[in-house]
Amino acid sequence: MSAPAGAALACSLATLLVLAGCSGTERRASEGGAERGAEEFTRIAQVLKSPRCLNCHPMGNTPRQGDERRLHDFGVTRGPDDHGAPGLTCDSCHQDVNQQESGVPGARRWHLAPLRMGWEGLTDGELCRALLDPYKNGGRSVDDVVHHITEDSLVNWAWQPGDGRTPPPVARAEFNELVRAWANKGAACPPASG
Amino acid sequence: MTEFVLNVNGTPRVAEATPDTPLLWVLREQLGLKGTKFGCGVAACGACTVNIDGVAVRSCSFPVSAAGNRAITTVEGLSPDRSHVLQRAWIAEQVPQCGYCQSGMLMSANALLRAIASPSDAEIEAAITNICRCGTYTRVRKAIHRAAQLMKESQ
Repeated sequence: MSAPAGAALACSLATLLVLAGCSGTERRASEGGAERGAEEFTRIAQVLKSPRCLNCHPMGNTPRQGDERRLHDFGVTRGPDDHGAPGLTCDSCHQDVNQQESGVPGARRWHLAPLRMGWEGLTDGELCRALLDPYKNGGRSVDDVVHHITEDSLVNWAWQPGDGRTPPPVARAEFNELVRAWANKGAACPPASG
Repeated sequence: MTEFVLNVNGTPRVAEATPDTPLLWVLREQLGLKGTKFGCGVAACGACTVNIDGVAVRSCSFPVSAAGNRAITTVEGLSPDRSHVLQRAWIAEQVPQCGYCQSGMLMSANALLRAIASPSDAEIEAAITNICRCGTYTRVRKAIHRAAQLMKESQ
């Protein structure tokens, strides 16, 4: 697809999203707003591409861990329902909160994002489109996406990851403001190649 | 300190601990259930594995306050007379060498057989990630297959 055609598709998608999912959130698709939304997404992407998010949004069937994003210790696998292998589920080790004594991180509903929500290796534009694609986002509307990444308890954990794990590079409050502003301006995406 | 009434091996047991105390230490030091072992302390080796509501849980990384009334099963709870299929299979296959990791192995295997009655080699490898410095892994696998067969025959 040529760059102009891709841009046109992105604009069309953004317009559709505004029309289809504007309940509950005021969105202003004003002239230039979409571009500004896309600019904001590049900042949002810095968070989504941090190890705290990517480690559990892998492209394969093995989670990663640590700031260095090494493969999860002892060959842990995704399992049939994204909660680990039968007999060794995520909650075998990960509890509702970080464990001080063992150092094992924890939050409610600890699990991998489904395989179709894999984000590793995506450009900012690809990541944005994946986030908005109902097939890849669990059938979420833009409002649902905004709610998930600004409110979800497992996402919240990223900013309270415990000792030895670096939080995302944008503060939680600022990130939430960026996400809402991006959505209000039409949830525009950067070019797929960027 | 907080008082907890824990459901351990089918019996209510009272313990006092700070809420974030790992279940491992309550089981061993307050309830005298020494079958559950301390290995790495970081949920990596599996020596401390118990079952909670049938699921394998590494008790060094499980706060006692999270137990509530959930059913905790330790290796002592499999059977008092070596009659559990896993105990019979473990003896038949002569699995242990030094034995230190074996209670965790048994409880991981118990959770696996609860989830999959007749697991494949791949399913065993995915679920049994416990570490054994004696290298009993192949005998563990054989014993799990034998236990699955014993379960099937007893039905």
